[in-house]
Amino acid sequence: MDYILDGLAQALRLLFGGDPETFSALWATVFSSSLAMLASLLLGLPLGFWLGHGRFRGQRLVRTVVDTGLALPTVLIGLVVYAFLSRRGPLGHWGLLFTLPGLAIGQAILALPVVVALTASAVESLDRRLGMTLLTLGASRRQLALTTMWEARHGLLAAAVNAYGRVVTEVGIAMMVGGNIKWHTRTVTTAIALETGKGEFAQGIALGMVLLAFALLVNLCLIRLRRGATP
Amino acid sequence: MLARSAALICCLLALGLGLGAAPAPAADQLMMATTTSTEDTGLLNYLAPLFQKDTGIELKWTSTGTGKALELGKNCDVDVVLVHAPGAEMKFVDSGAGINRRQVMYNDYVLLGPAGDPAKVKGQTMAQALAALRGAKATFVSRGDKSGTHMMEQSLWKKGGGQVPEQEPWYLQAGQGMFSTLALAGEKKGYTICDRGTFFKFEADNQGQPPIVVLLEGEPELLNQYSVIEVNPAKCPQAKQALAKRFGDWLVSPQGQQLIAGFKAHGKQLFTPNAGK
Repeated sequence: MDYILDGLAQALRLLFGGDPETFSALWATVFSSSLAMLASLLLGLPLGFWLGHGRFRGQRLVRTVVDTGLALPTVLIGLVVYAFLSRRGPLGHWGLLFTLPGLAIGQAILALPVVVALTASAVESLDRRLGMTLLTLGASRRQLALTTMWEARHGLLAAAVNAYGRVVTEVGIAMMVGGNIKWHTRTVTTAIALETGKGEFAQGIALGMVLLAFALLVNLCLIRLRRGATP
Repeated sequence: MLARSAALICCLLALGLGLGAAPAPAADQLMMATTTSTEDTGLLNYLAPLFQKDTGIELKWTSTGTGKALELGKNCDVDVVLVHAPGAEMKFVDSGAGINRRQVMYNDYVLLGPAGDPAKVKGQTMAQALAALRGAKATFVSRGDKSGTHMMEQSLWKKGGGQVPEQEPWYLQAGQGMFSTLALAGEKKGYTICDRGTFFKFEADNQGQPPIVVLLEGEPELLNQYSVIEVNPAKCPQAKQALAKRFGDWLVSPQGQQLIAGFKAHGKQLFTPNAGK
């Protein structure tokens, strides 16, 4: 099994030799996943708070739907988003198929249930008396929400890390909606799939290492952030 | 501290967005759907820059099985297709989805199997060979993914007089690309049908000692014809048919044909140009 050692050596060459194809794929990955995370956090954090904090009819049903969404297969998301974004589809005039923003839509759909479900869990696990106390102290609804979210911040960070992990590693949506177009929508994962299909196993492993190195960098940043946020 | 964390998050996101926005598209862009073989062999990586130099048009492509490539054309998601399944292509053109189908080049398929050839297919015709495989219940690995190669294999079974195998225990449908299918056939010491280009690559990867070898080749019906088809602008108003036509013209021009003939991988010519023949 020379592939793994060869792959490791090749990964170092790609990263430190500044291989343009690798960096193009890395950029596509970073760009689409950042966009997807931005959208899923903007939507998912308030939804998760609402689901975890509120008391309303049908809450359990919504919770079940969200939890089921955790099992959405990426290939299915890819197909459905393709059907919408295809020029023959209802949103075809947006011209987003085979573009990174189009890919980000699919990835946001993948990330959203993760963010919502884990945010709801984090908020639920807080001491119920926190809300009461805040209200008796005269907090407005907005202050209540922000303080609750702040208290749940470690859980929210875990939600974001989890969602991010799914988004940067998925390949089904990137293939179907992104199209694996060289210099444009080829992400690290679709590049790995391509190299594997070509029988270039060492190159595939090298690209996998590149993605892992990048994930490590992101997580190191998050650890710093977590430390900074711990009083 | 909240401000600091927020600033850090913003930095990360800005980094991502800024980097992604860097490569700006400038030239005219032509979107093509094509088959895995044209990408995996490196042919498109070799042709696209030359085409751009000549015409200023940037060729973007997504490579997939022929079935899906034609579906993308039918749905107006691409401007041009370069595929290899004449039967499906005819339907594509007849349905009005595509126009101006022109043949560009060919390579050929070979029947591979273990060197010992337990089903004794060597020296037979393709039809006899498949009948022999069926009779011997020899392990056969199929692409099983509606690719051009898979469609070719199905039509060969039919020509061999009989049903295309489906659930027979000796008939394995990989549902994967050619290279993975070859690897599977090699592990199982089975027979399979493969385009010659991918087999060259497989041979080179196995240091010239592949677990399965060419047993049957050179029959006219094993020809693997590639054609370029423009997406019909009457059906797809956004399709850039003028650019698509220029790409087709360029491929079938003496210069394009010469470039295709000059393309080599592992020291061997992979495609034979045959435009207008």
